[in-house]
Amino acid sequence: MSIDKPVMPEKHYLNDNYGIRSWLLTKDHKRIAILYLFSITVFFFIGGLFAGLIRLHLLTPNGELFQADTYNRLFTMHGVNMIFFFLIPSVPAVIGNFLIPIMIGTKDLAFPKINLLSWYLYIGGATFSLITLLNGGVDTGWTFYAPLSSGYVKSPVIVMAVGILIVGFSSIFTGLNFIVTVHRMRAPGMTWGRLPLFVWANYAASLIMILGTPVIAITLILLALERGFHIGIFDPKLGGDPVLFQHMFWFYSHPAVYIMILPGMGVISEIVTCFSRKRVFGYSFIAFSSIAIAVFGFVVWAHHMFVAGISVYSALVFSLLSYAVAIPSAVKVFNWTATMYKGSVKMDTPMLYAMAFIGLFTIGGLTGLFLAALGLDIHIHDTYFVVAHFHYVMVGGMVTAYLGGLHFWWPKMTGRMYPEAPAKLAALITFIGFNLTFFPQFILGYMGMPRRYWAYPPEFQVLNVLSSAGASVLAVGFILPLFYFLWSLKYGEVAGDNPWQATGLEWETTSPPPTHNFHHIPVVTKDPYAYGEDEEVPVVH
Amino acid sequence: MQLNFPIFPEQASSMAGQVDALYLFLVLITTFFSLLIAILILFFAVKYRRTPERKAEQIHGSTLLEIVWTVIPLGISMVIFVWGAVIYYHMERPPVNPLEIYGVGKQWMWKFQHPSGQREINALHVPIGRDVKVTLISQDVIHSFFVPAFRVKQDVLPNRYVFTWFKATVPGTYHLFCSQYCGTKHSGMVGEVVAMTPEDYSTWLASGKAEGSLASLGEKAFQQYGCTTCHRPDSGARGPNLEGVYGRPIRLTDNRVVLADDNYIRESILEPNAKVVSGFQSIMPTFRGVVSEDEIIAITEYLKHLSPQQANPLNNRTSPTEIRDSEVPNIQQQNEQQPQQQQTPQGTRPANPGKKP
Amino acid sequence: MSTSQTTTTEHHPALAQQFDSMEQQQDASTFGMWVFLLTEIMMFGGLFTAYLIYRIKYYDAFVAGSTSISVGWGFTNTLVLIGSSFTMAMAVWAAQKGFRKAQVWFLIGTMVLGAAFLGVKAKEYHDKWDECHIPGHIIGKGFNAWGGCSATDPKLGNIADEIRERDPKVPKVSAVQTAKQTEIFFSFYFAMTGLHAFHMVIGFGLLSWLLWRAYKGEFGPQYYTPVELGGLYWHFVDIVWIYLFPLLYLISRTRT
Repeated sequence: MSIDKPVMPEKHYLNDNYGIRSWLLTKDHKRIAILYLFSITVFFFIGGLFAGLIRLHLLTPNGELFQADTYNRLFTMHGVNMIFFFLIPSVPAVIGNFLIPIMIGTKDLAFPKINLLSWYLYIGGATFSLITLLNGGVDTGWTFYAPLSSGYVKSPVIVMAVGILIVGFSSIFTGLNFIVTVHRMRAPGMTWGRLPLFVWANYAASLIMILGTPVIAITLILLALERGFHIGIFDPKLGGDPVLFQHMFWFYSHPAVYIMILPGMGVISEIVTCFSRKRVFGYSFIAFSSIAIAVFGFVVWAHHMFVAGISVYSALVFSLLSYAVAIPSAVKVFNWTATMYKGSVKMDTPMLYAMAFIGLFTIGGLTGLFLAALGLDIHIHDTYFVVAHFHYVMVGGMVTAYLGGLHFWWPKMTGRMYPEAPAKLAALITFIGFNLTFFPQFILGYMGMPRRYWAYPPEFQVLNVLSSAGASVLAVGFILPLFYFLWSLKYGEVAGDNPWQATGLEWETTSPPPTHNFHHIPVVTKDPYAYGEDEEVPVVH
Repeated sequence: MQLNFPIFPEQASSMAGQVDALYLFLVLITTFFSLLIAILILFFAVKYRRTPERKAEQIHGSTLLEIVWTVIPLGISMVIFVWGAVIYYHMERPPVNPLEIYGVGKQWMWKFQHPSGQREINALHVPIGRDVKVTLISQDVIHSFFVPAFRVKQDVLPNRYVFTWFKATVPGTYHLFCSQYCGTKHSGMVGEVVAMTPEDYSTWLASGKAEGSLASLGEKAFQQYGCTTCHRPDSGARGPNLEGVYGRPIRLTDNRVVLADDNYIRESILEPNAKVVSGFQSIMPTFRGVVSEDEIIAITEYLKHLSPQQANPLNNRTSPTEIRDSEVPNIQQQNEQQPQQQQTPQGTRPANPGKKP
Repeated sequence: MSTSQTTTTEHHPALAQQFDSMEQQQDASTFGMWVFLLTEIMMFGGLFTAYLIYRIKYYDAFVAGSTSISVGWGFTNTLVLIGSSFTMAMAVWAAQKGFRKAQVWFLIGTMVLGAAFLGVKAKEYHDKWDECHIPGHIIGKGFNAWGGCSATDPKLGNIADEIRERDPKVPKVSAVQTAKQTEIFFSFYFAMTGLHAFHMVIGFGLLSWLLWRAYKGEFGPQYYTPVELGGLYWHFVDIVWIYLFPLLYLISRTRT
């Protein structure tokens, strides 16, 4: 729309204050988001390095690259770091922290100091994780099943448990902050029905964060007590019940996966509407689906335990409920697809990631139906089928959404555009590499290859080689953005306030925004995604 | 590197075909909906691609469509649920008159015991065409008994028996995997299940050097540990007579009724005061740390042979609440006719074994 | 949900910059504290659930364990803590009214009662140490509830004997086995009361900080939110104890 070249605003949140203290003691939610961005990127690549080593090792069936002990630590630390130190914080702590106050039209979150505390708790937990790594890492699997983890392994389980405990509180405080902010700090005219779906999604995820995370906290405390003092809470030799550990662990860890995916779904709602220039199809249905997923997500945990020795009747109930939780996600996928119908679609990089998300999440989610089917789960539980399923939803879903969101809001956060051509290339490479890595694993799983295997029968080798080949491609796809994002900070085209011509309060302020977000607090009168009203000729970038 | 790669394991059990059928149905559903969505979004992206003239049509939504695409997935899900539940129900029901084999998992190997006395390590020979019930327990951490060709999997827990069953249909050698991460050599805890024709199986049974049947080993252990001191059929016995006890409902001192199954026998050996038979004192010392899992299995097998109903729980019922009062043998009444004597237990075992070896 | 419009020209010194008015600040802060207490309920709730599950599994041992801890001291502590909640509520009232001296004294009173509670707990823990009822072998002399605790006094911490005293018909073997199982009761006892005491210590820190600010005269009718939040937290800790006391000390204390 603008004919003049956009210029960077003179003063904004990045240059408002200089010096390390102004960053480490900041109360500005945007700076805290950037702090998180650096931290979780470090852990993404640590976890990714372990993944690369795992796939390298699995090229041959006889366990030639690493010893079994080392391999066990690799997959455990890959899981722990990716889940607790990358996936769970990713969208909420980076994009959510940055955007939620701006999207609802306020100056900051409700409790900025607690927000900073959240980041320090993250760093504290991360420090424990690094200490664990330096001490060889843990080898229990990220699921820490008792009595293996409480009485049999020699690795630093308690240190790792403390780390997860601390980073759990980071998550709790972020969730608390979001809930209070959304309830109490909305700008005039910003009713619940006008909230962007990104806010709804993070709100729902925050509900899970505050209700579920304390349970993993107490579970880890009990595990640490058992391990440290040799008392019998989960170890049957000392009178405990190992299945109780599984119940307590999964009571959090299942809702945790919805903590991970819901914010990603929120990102997709924002991208699909902007790049179709269309209001979202079925706003209330998408909003309430997020809440439904959060609620149902709490009552399905034992679907991880169908063969663990639970009763037939519990298994039936949990299987039934697991199908119930799938429906709201399906509703969202259909709504996003319908949003593109008769839209005006531009396949810029964020949209490529969003479309990839919709496809890959559909596959990942549908393979969940396989696992929820009792008779079938007996065969595929604890095999590579499960590994493929959760990587489809976590990487094909969540990481894709995160990258899409990063690209979409990069101009807002930094004031600069990333270079479109390398970005599209990276998206394509990621998509190809991802599918090549994880699709063969569905087949491997049905064939019977169990998870967490250091060595495997030779007939599984071809599929493993395909998977590892895909992983090398995927690695390239993930590393490329690191380079061009950094490049863009100095050489990227200046973005201007609204390079995507998107709706949403964040696009009505400068890029980057001023420290207090708005020069004048807006008054909201329009519905969200009010594309098509006073439409001018859309800019072709 | 093997170049021929299959994508399905062999169907070597009676349930394998059913499991595969559900799997194929789900593959079709997944393929259909994934392709549908993928094609739609690509199609829309191309057909409605942005041009200077194109103006998007602002559609709010359609309640009808929302209902349709909620109800249809729900319906399909319910079909899948019921189908999976039916298969599961068949897989969880204990078979009638199976060949019973005991398995013990420990870091990092499998030990199997046949009732005829054969012992195997990391291998399991079974006949085809017959229900085989494997009762499993772990000596340390949680393992899992997984035979892909049979589509069978069961986590193996410490301190508690679990079971799984299958009927092999095709002779052959199949993978046995441990599929619950159990430590360093988790992927080394593998073995072979060898399914054989009944003739071959009899030959194999006869060929091994048998130390005697499992039951006779159990009888030896029963005597060796002094169980006969108290568990005798005569009227002055300090412990309940164990003839005919296996598989029957038992009334306890607190009036609960429980089924005397494998778990009950094991618990009574390791934690005798947990469930005391009505009419008896809780004077039995614990044998934890003294008797091994293998020996407990042998003793249980021995007790099954003392039972008039060969190892078959009453009418296949597993929940004590279904047992009617009239079916419970009135041991109390029998004992009221004899005077109870207060005696300290004698025997070869100290009162407080308690120490682990 | 009304959010204030533009800022007033005069700011209360305690108005944080992200809020538009003191009313909004108090509203949001109180809401935030309730959400936090909800997370604490989930944490204690998980622990209580595990406790209840084991109580059902090891009923006799838990009865014996409950009987061996002092209901007198537990009840004393309950009264002490309820008293401290009363003084805390009074402190909130005084802050709301702007009575500076009253605030200070009520806060001090709360802390004194809180300290008394912790003192009694320390005595109870010490008793358990003496009686060899601390689970595991790392702390104390090693768990021993069946007579081996003291060479000179075979009855010290001897739960097996206590069981047989209550019911002479119970054979020794059985009593010893039940006494062994009380180790898991004590594990939960220490975990639950320990987590609670930990929260009280944190509460202490909060109260000290509030005391300092109250002394300086920071609180009055326009702004007493921190005291109110401190009150909420302290009441929560009190309520957790109101659950703990019956669960640990009272239920089926002695079974006739």
